[in-house]
Amino acid sequence: MTSNNLVYLIALPLFSSGFLMILGRRADKWGHIFATLISASAFGIGAFEFLQMLARPSESRALTQKLFSWISVGTFQVDASLLLDQLSISFVLLITGVGTLIHIYSIAYMSHDMDRRRFFAFLNFFIAAMLLLVLGDSYLNLYVGWEGVGLASYLLIGFWNQKPEYATAAKKAFVANRVGDVGLSLAIMIAFATFGTVSFSGVEEKVSGASTAALTGIGLMLLLAATGKSAQFPLQSWLGDAMAGPTPVSALIHAATMVTAGVYLITRSNFIFDNAPTAQLCVVIIGAITLMFGALIGTAKDDIKKALAASTMSQIGYMILATGLGPVGYAFAIMHLLTHGFFKAGMFLGAGSVMHGMDDEVNMRKYGGLGKFMPITAITFGLGYLAIIGVPPFAGFYSKDKIIETAFNAEGIKGLFIGGAALLGALVTAFYMTRVIILTFTGTKRWDEKAHPHESPFLMWGPMAILAIGSVASGFLLSSGNRFVSWLAPVVNSHEADHAEHVERFQPVVVTSMALVAVVIGVAIAIVKYRSEVPRVAPTNVRFFTKIARRDLLQDDFNEAVLMRPGQALTKFLVATDEKAIDGAVRTVGAAVIGSSKGIRKTQTGFVRSYALLILLGAFALLATIWVVTL
Amino acid sequence: MNYLTSLMLLPLLGAILVSTLPKNKSNYAKWVALLTSISVALLGLLIALRFEIDRPGFQFVENYSWIPSFGINYSLGIDGIALVLILMSVILVPIVIVAGWHESEGGRWGSKSFYVLILILETMMIGVFAATDVFLFYVFFEAMLIPVYFLIGGYGVGERAAAAVKFLLYSLFGGLLMLAAIIGIYVISGHQGGHTFDIEKLSQLTIDSTTQNFLFLGFFIAFAIKAPLWPLHTWLPDAAKSATPGTSVLLLGVLDKVGTFGMIRYCIKLFPESSKTFTPVIIVLALISILYGAFLAIGQKDIKGLIAFTSISHFGFITMGIFAMTTQGHSGATLYMVNHGFSTAALFLIAGWISARRGSSTIADFGGLQRVTPVLAWTFFIAGLSSLALPGLSSFVSEFLVLVGTYTRYPVAAVIGTLGIVLAALYILIPVQKALHGPITPGNENLPDITRRERIAIAPVIAVIIFLGFYPKPLLDVINPASVATLTAAGFSDPVPATGGK
Amino acid sequence: MNSANYLYLSAMLFTIGAVGVVIRRNAIVVFMCIELMLNAANLAFVTFARINGTLDGQVIAFFTMVVAACEVVVGLAIIVTIFRSRRSTSVDDASLLKR
Repeated sequence: MTSNNLVYLIALPLFSSGFLMILGRRADKWGHIFATLISASAFGIGAFEFLQMLARPSESRALTQKLFSWISVGTFQVDASLLLDQLSISFVLLITGVGTLIHIYSIAYMSHDMDRRRFFAFLNFFIAAMLLLVLGDSYLNLYVGWEGVGLASYLLIGFWNQKPEYATAAKKAFVANRVGDVGLSLAIMIAFATFGTVSFSGVEEKVSGASTAALTGIGLMLLLAATGKSAQFPLQSWLGDAMAGPTPVSALIHAATMVTAGVYLITRSNFIFDNAPTAQLCVVIIGAITLMFGALIGTAKDDIKKALAASTMSQIGYMILATGLGPVGYAFAIMHLLTHGFFKAGMFLGAGSVMHGMDDEVNMRKYGGLGKFMPITAITFGLGYLAIIGVPPFAGFYSKDKIIETAFNAEGIKGLFIGGAALLGALVTAFYMTRVIILTFTGTKRWDEKAHPHESPFLMWGPMAILAIGSVASGFLLSSGNRFVSWLAPVVNSHEADHAEHVERFQPVVVTSMALVAVVIGVAIAIVKYRSEVPRVAPTNVRFFTKIARRDLLQDDFNEAVLMRPGQALTKFLVATDEKAIDGAVRTVGAAVIGSSKGIRKTQTGFVRSYALLILLGAFALLATIWVVTL
Repeated sequence: MNYLTSLMLLPLLGAILVSTLPKNKSNYAKWVALLTSISVALLGLLIALRFEIDRPGFQFVENYSWIPSFGINYSLGIDGIALVLILMSVILVPIVIVAGWHESEGGRWGSKSFYVLILILETMMIGVFAATDVFLFYVFFEAMLIPVYFLIGGYGVGERAAAAVKFLLYSLFGGLLMLAAIIGIYVISGHQGGHTFDIEKLSQLTIDSTTQNFLFLGFFIAFAIKAPLWPLHTWLPDAAKSATPGTSVLLLGVLDKVGTFGMIRYCIKLFPESSKTFTPVIIVLALISILYGAFLAIGQKDIKGLIAFTSISHFGFITMGIFAMTTQGHSGATLYMVNHGFSTAALFLIAGWISARRGSSTIADFGGLQRVTPVLAWTFFIAGLSSLALPGLSSFVSEFLVLVGTYTRYPVAAVIGTLGIVLAALYILIPVQKALHGPITPGNENLPDITRRERIAIAPVIAVIIFLGFYPKPLLDVINPASVATLTAAGFSDPVPATGGK
Repeated sequence: MNSANYLYLSAMLFTIGAVGVVIRRNAIVVFMCIELMLNAANLAFVTFARINGTLDGQVIAFFTMVVAACEVVVGLAIIVTIFRSRRSTSVDDASLLKR
């Protein structure tokens, strides 16, 4: 079916963002309210479309809208057109819903910032780009949104770019994302060379005719793209630094929406991955590595935002892992993505609320006992905490448990490994999240006398409360009666999987109890370890593992040693080569000409008689030559 | 009506008018030049409107005998590729004049001569794209050097004389090789149906492969110097650093395009066999240009040098697209020429304004400009994003077309070329960070933000960059038939998708 | 009388003139020597015209005379000007063009 309304979802926030930027200071007074209303109206459109979609039968739920022919050269035909199906609408609601809440939160959070209008313009730009990402009906349309959110992320991480390290963090995020974008570009090129089209429906139609090599190539390149955008191993290092941005940004972009774009990409390309087992295996491996990687980093971070960032990385690892498990996994991945959107955004906003009350202090070692002073923050944060570690009946329990279960039931020895990793990850998650809670909200106060912790205003805790409700209820709502799985089934073709031989190695109840035991162990270790007094300054005589975990498991050191320094050396070398060798060669030719002309000039003595003699000799030489030749 | 001749004569008339202005009225020179160039632009738009997209071959053809004894004709005509390049040129000239309103005042000669030179240059630029007689093309190709030489040498900064001489010698060297090749092909045409310089007739000749290779190289080296291809590029950074921003825009935006334009119009059209023979070498050189230009741009300390090297990288993309010999590659490369013209124009003009305010073009002398001169900073940032080919801005469409077009025939080259987009992010974001972000460098606190005149100059460029990013169709529709015609005539066809798509 | 003798005379005159140009310093004398060479050439032309029985050589001789006349006018003017400014007619002194 076609629709004429989809474009407004993108056009409204895009227009608003440009409008606020062009008006400049004139819009300072009302810009934030305008942007929030625009975001809310986008949510309104999304909700309206969602209700309409519910009313339609399952097979005709997808809507398309062709805007115009974008690029058309020979057989390379790409329309600017949009596709709203069950998968996109889930994202649209998440983006505009959480986005609007965060807009509201930011009105209060950024109220003291001179550039609040610019901040809201960027936020709206992000909403527009992210909606384009999930609504585009071809890989190239997606790519526009894909880089658009990268740009929004760059602008927002570097929102306070007068601080050089923040500007560097922004640049790092963009460059790491660009490495991923190389993957997406190449995937599109291979897709065009293989299928002659780059639209999702076109590729899906022809996928059966393609060679496995081409599909594996596309799959691996899409995976590279996903690792960049979703901060997966080995392109994960930018996410921690990205916490330089204002906290609402971390909540919206670097927790709930943009970083999950990789999961969307893989789910959207399910027809490719389902036919490329090697690529699928790589997806699983990357997911498993990252979920452990992030969790381990999370255990050592004292910066509350960086601890949460590490947790995000780890949770997205779960989602990527699930998408690699084939048709059964996609729905669980997206479900975890949605519940994660609620609880992680809620916790980030909570962290922002804590920072708001603590003069922007982010070091958890200087918190302690804050629960008494900011009860609402503590409760909402606590609900998010219960959700992320997977305590029933909170949201994370439903979504994460399903992923662990599916992982265990993957065929062969693979299932044991990834299931084990996922289980271990759950244990570590429980540990580091409990650590965050203990260090921040319980125990004795460790802050300076100057700090006056206080609860945040309603505009801030309101959104937190709504997200907390989501963290409590969304898991049950989505998973009861297999609702979400059957909702997504037409997009990800999971009905095919129903017919496949499905080996149930572990009963769900077994996996669930193992997961719960892991959670209890994790929580218990944290309580035992952090029950006593916590030093205000991080101790330095720690074990080797803690040291490298504090340094993000040496990922930056690796990048610097392997990429940055050689790159800088190469640049220096090439600059020198250009000056000395290439331009040098040119100048040598010039110098040779000048030198020889200097030599020849010496024959021009200025004496008339020597010229006359030369002429005479020349005449003789000429005559002699003629004589010899004619002889 | 002879549209193309009128288009060429109009700036020439303006130049004569400017030069006859009495000395005490020389401040009118700017206005006369501006009005002339605007009317040229309007006439150019009129031509574009009257251009028939679906008609094959050259349009607006004019043909007069010039030197009959050698078979030389004054013949003009444009196809889609020439049309978009002429349009870009005539739109850039008034922008350059407005943007560099005071550029002419620090020169060796008065401001009158500056505008005379600019207008003469405009005539030459139109002529070089419109000529369909190889000899006429050569005349414009070489004559173009003269006004640029004086613009760099007379009005530039720093070591302007040396840079101007370097530019002239490099170009003349290439031009002479091309002259030899032109004479060669003229002689061959004499053996096959009569002496001629007409491009269409010359493309019908049958030439044995060795001769063809030599003639091809004669043309190609000239064009590779113009559109600086590694390792013939070293004149460009010097010229760009020394020239005024406006001259740099015309130099990189228009003049260098003559090189890539010539590759399509002359190298491939006249010598399809040799083009095929040399393609691997040229693709490799183009790849080196892409990566080398990017690395050198990262290593530059001078903002103008940086932009010059980014252009070398971009020209690598254009050349790669041309020699991929696919419609996507060709159309992408042609579109890239236009887009590069505009985004480089924006970068150069803004860099010029910033440098003029600070009195230095060293990147390290800037910092925190986003908080001092926010509008200038944002326009520079947008131009930079276009240069790094961000989707939604104009360069993306062309760069992606080039890469897709290359991939279908030369996958490895496309993969290596794609790495350029990471380097592009670095060479734009590093100077952006150094100049626009961070704390405000002492001495820069009171730099004035953009003026109204500068706004008027830059707004259309930014508008074009954004518009073409979202809606490149008007240009692509004009370019596509010409690309297809060139490739079909040269005997190439697009590779077919592996799954046998339509 | 044998025409060849005129050619010998012409050759001798030319040689004398050439040697004079090379070894003398006085500009006037050098100038006279050049005239001598020109006239030696004229003599040769006329002789050849006589030998071949055509008028070509005589016509050329007239041309040469006209050229020589022009040359005398310009050359003497230069010499006089140089003498006025430098008080010397030595050709070795007039080496200003070297730098």
